[in-house]
Amino acid sequence: MRKIDTKEIADKVYSLALKAGISLTPDCKAALKSAADAETSGAAKFALNTLILNSQTAEAEGLPVCQDTGMAVVLLEIGQEVFLTGELLEDAVNGAVRRAYADGYFRKSVCDPITRQNTGDNTPAVIHTHICAGEQVKITFLPKGFGSENMSATYMLKPSQGVEGIIDAIVQTVKNAGSRPCPPVYVGVGIGGTFDTCAFLAKKALTREVGAHSQRAEIAEIEKTALERINALGIGCQGFHGDTTAIGVSCEWAPTHIAGLPVAVNIQCHCVRYGKAVI
Amino acid sequence: MLKLNLPLDKDSVKKLRAGDSVLISGTIYTARDCAHKRLTDMLAKGEPLPFDLNGAFIYYAGPCPAKPNFASGSCGPTTSARMDAYAPTLLDAGLGGMLGKGEMSEEVRQALMRNCGVYFAAFGGAGALYGKAIKDSKLIAFPELLSEAVRKLEVTDFPAVVAIDCYGNSIY
Repeated sequence: MRKIDTKEIADKVYSLALKAGISLTPDCKAALKSAADAETSGAAKFALNTLILNSQTAEAEGLPVCQDTGMAVVLLEIGQEVFLTGELLEDAVNGAVRRAYADGYFRKSVCDPITRQNTGDNTPAVIHTHICAGEQVKITFLPKGFGSENMSATYMLKPSQGVEGIIDAIVQTVKNAGSRPCPPVYVGVGIGGTFDTCAFLAKKALTREVGAHSQRAEIAEIEKTALERINALGIGCQGFHGDTTAIGVSCEWAPTHIAGLPVAVNIQCHCVRYGKAVI
Repeated sequence: MLKLNLPLDKDSVKKLRAGDSVLISGTIYTARDCAHKRLTDMLAKGEPLPFDLNGAFIYYAGPCPAKPNFASGSCGPTTSARMDAYAPTLLDAGLGGMLGKGEMSEEVRQALMRNCGVYFAAFGGAGALYGKAIKDSKLIAFPELLSEAVRKLEVTDFPAVVAIDCYGNSIY
């Protein structure tokens, strides 16, 4: 057994949050550069180059890369051998989010769903905890902007729709979204499980490196085919028509019921920004 | 690359075509969902607005707080389609045009043609760059809306593209 004070987790969440609000992941930067170099449409190329300049400005000035610094999504994989001490985990994580969003001059975007009253400090965070083997705590911090979150969708497909149905659902979601989620997008897909697990898997899929594929061959094939079909849509950067509408498709899967085929598509804008740490 | 100074007179608006790349300087006002609801409610009641709508440009944006020694925090555009319900009313009441991101409705396109207005698409996600291009920011209405309050901004060289021109041509 290993004792870990929740303050240690909170300190990591704080530093991951500050960095994620400002810096794109290296793989995202590389994907934007490749897209800009290859782009053949004038307005889309201008936009892509501006986005690259923006990410450089954000890092140089310590400014949020996008003003929508998102809802804080925190994934915690806690080893079964870990004994947590100190403040309640949820309170410690929310405290870290509150401090990071204040100290980073990030926008506070969380509100009551009915009155629309802003909570003022970007809490509560969305916290997913999972118990796994071992004596470590793995932390992933993902600030999720809502221009792209709003364009996400869940489908309860029929088993007969199969792989073709899954790919159609992914492509149709990106097509329906058009210019609104700030393309080029990164597409997270959850396949299988129940209504709720596929949505969680879609979110988790967004924390995989852009360009990396599933280790399962059939799933990797879905990712590649869906990406080709999305880029054939020609929506392009910012919806200005162009060659790159998505920089990647990432699918996670889980076993499902014999009667169903749930598919969730979670859209991430071109600002792929998250951080991971292990305690 | 066209350099524009906002607000624009109608002759300048008539020269713009969907797809033109532009750098925008001048005065713009931020307003998002909640502020639009209030502005249109005030118009319906015949109350005076917090700024002169005539020829003015609204930027669909809600900035991050400004760091010390910065005029503004990051301030990229938000999704314009959420303002589809309000934009025609404001254009008919004198608004010169808008800056935002993404498609807008057929009703908005018709209102731009009817009023010789123009809709510019700024680049979603380029918040840091736009924040730096803001040279002055004054909160002028609805402070309780926090990032969604109405701010008067002075900007220099905002990169954007003409998304819908006054003839109804659209880049989307």
